[in-house]
Amino acid sequence: MDGGTSDDERLKQAVDAPVSRSLVPVPVVEAASDQDEASVDGRRSDVDEWGRSASMRALARRIYDPIYSKWFRVEWEGLENIPTEGGALLVANHAAAIPSDAPVIMHGIETELGRPVYGLADNFFKRVPVVGTLWSRLGGLPAHPDNAYRLLKEQGQLVLVFPEGSKGPAKPFNERYQLRRFGRGGFVEIAMQAGVPVVPIAVVGAEESMPTLFRLPHLASFIGAPYVPVTANMLALGPLGVATYFPAKFKLRVLEPVTFNVPPDQERYSRSRVMDWSEAIRDRIQNALYDMLRNRRSVWFG
Amino acid sequence: MSGRSRRVLVTGLGTFWGGRVAQTLEADPEVDVIVGLDTTEPTVELERTEYVRVDANYSILARIVRAAQIDTIIHTFLVVDPTQMSARAMHEINVIGTMNLFAAASAPASTVRNVVVKSSTIVYGCSASDPVWFKEDTPSSRPARRGVERNLEAVEGYVRDFAQDNPHVNVSMLRFANVIGAELETPLTRALELPLVPSLAGFDPRFQFVHEADVIRSILFVLDQNLAGVFNVAGDGLLPWSEVAQLCGKRTAPLPPIGTSLITGPLAQLGLVDLPEEYLQLLRFGRGVDNSRLKDFGFRYQYNSVQAVEAFIEAVRLRNTIGTGQPTYRYERDVEQFFRHSPAVIRD
Repeated sequence: MDGGTSDDERLKQAVDAPVSRSLVPVPVVEAASDQDEASVDGRRSDVDEWGRSASMRALARRIYDPIYSKWFRVEWEGLENIPTEGGALLVANHAAAIPSDAPVIMHGIETELGRPVYGLADNFFKRVPVVGTLWSRLGGLPAHPDNAYRLLKEQGQLVLVFPEGSKGPAKPFNERYQLRRFGRGGFVEIAMQAGVPVVPIAVVGAEESMPTLFRLPHLASFIGAPYVPVTANMLALGPLGVATYFPAKFKLRVLEPVTFNVPPDQERYSRSRVMDWSEAIRDRIQNALYDMLRNRRSVWFG
Repeated sequence: MSGRSRRVLVTGLGTFWGGRVAQTLEADPEVDVIVGLDTTEPTVELERTEYVRVDANYSILARIVRAAQIDTIIHTFLVVDPTQMSARAMHEINVIGTMNLFAAASAPASTVRNVVVKSSTIVYGCSASDPVWFKEDTPSSRPARRGVERNLEAVEGYVRDFAQDNPHVNVSMLRFANVIGAELETPLTRALELPLVPSLAGFDPRFQFVHEADVIRSILFVLDQNLAGVFNVAGDGLLPWSEVAQLCGKRTAPLPPIGTSLITGPLAQLGLVDLPEEYLQLLRFGRGVDNSRLKDFGFRYQYNSVQAVEAFIEAVRLRNTIGTGQPTYRYERDVEQFFRHSPAVIRD
């Protein structure tokens, strides 16, 4: 593979190793400790432990950039509220039948701040061939508390989560910008455990990019999907509408980070406190949305 | 080891693990006695290990433990490769064998003080709702449905019960990730030795490997350090399956992700690819386990996932060039008895 003498040595080692008697007084510190170097060496791809690939992500950024800047004409407000280092949990409202907000937020923060964003999502994605793999390579992972904790606490990354879950994008168009329940406040608990701030983000535009007219619950339960929508895009554009967004104007407002005055790594936090915070964050996003909608003159031009 | 002599019982002496562990223990002067149990004869040369042939579920175990005053049991005889035998035979070895083993170990006046069990990360299951990293206390995401997983669940139940009922005994259980290396054969190594490596179209899950040498070292490590509890044993790093194939210099042959068993069934019948359900699921979602617990106690891995795969493929290349080479050892009862017990043999 890499040739030279070390190759023979390693080969010999590999063949001899299990039979070797030198295994016996079990070494506590003696063995190879250059693990970190080695884990970088020898890799054939740049897929990290979460499945994200920096090169795939770069390619996706190139392809997605015109959609971001020309189609949705994304505008940010309050980007300085996102910490430039250390972990933070980004929390946003969720909308559009095929959510258009996640790529916009991830792309925006990566290009503006140069920080990777890991997006937590329903594990339904993981079960779909190709889509699941692509989603994972682009920085998505199943929304499991352990995943969030490790990313936030141990690796100090930015993690994006939509506490409404699939109830957000599944809601019909006439309920647009009405936030759903924020789950059971799990996101607050994780942020408390990891000792990181929650950064709320209000997104305007996603709702109109792919409005859900009605849903097909029977089909959804048959194929095991969280919901199957019939969108205005499908009616307007036919089959093309399945994957084409309307060019709604996107505006995002990053709100003040919320920090919790609690010690990290507790087994459990007071339920009332968790729910109060969850509700408070939901209110802040909801109010920001109302404010942004009051000032919006046109769905298409902002 | 830790300043006093040991009398060790190793189950599964005829398997790869049992043989290796016994061989390694023989070199330790503080291990007085090594008794090895199995249904089949040892496949590696052993100097002073006493081999006892038993039936699959160890009915005479209590007598052996009592007679030899065993204080340490290393339970390696757990079958986690379902292609090797029928589900019923596997159940007999894994579940009934372990049950009898612990029945013997917890008999009144039992001298057993240390137990090490070799389990597998298969016990965590494999599904879409898994975390990327399983910790020792993460429950599996859904109830076990398949053979090995259910066997291991039952086995771990016996281990937990035993540890609870016998607080004076050091019980440790090691859960090994996909073991790979120069010698061991598993469904994954067989898949990687094929000209085209099977995969599932549209899926590229991440795999974690542990080198066989690190497996042996970890067993001896927990014994040496008197550790109790559950430990994941897996090399650092998660590798996409496509990258594993690349490391082996192979291309992947994607199988359809829906109705996979319609394809793999006949392929297995033809003896081409034998991927049991557990492994097909692994090719869909992969599995990672957090290995930090054992590392926190001071264990150092010699191989990470990449190095383990490389060691494997280097050994395969060598084997393909020069053949299996070494004459295989055959156990001859009379010869072994002569060397161990004849007064004619001078021992020092």
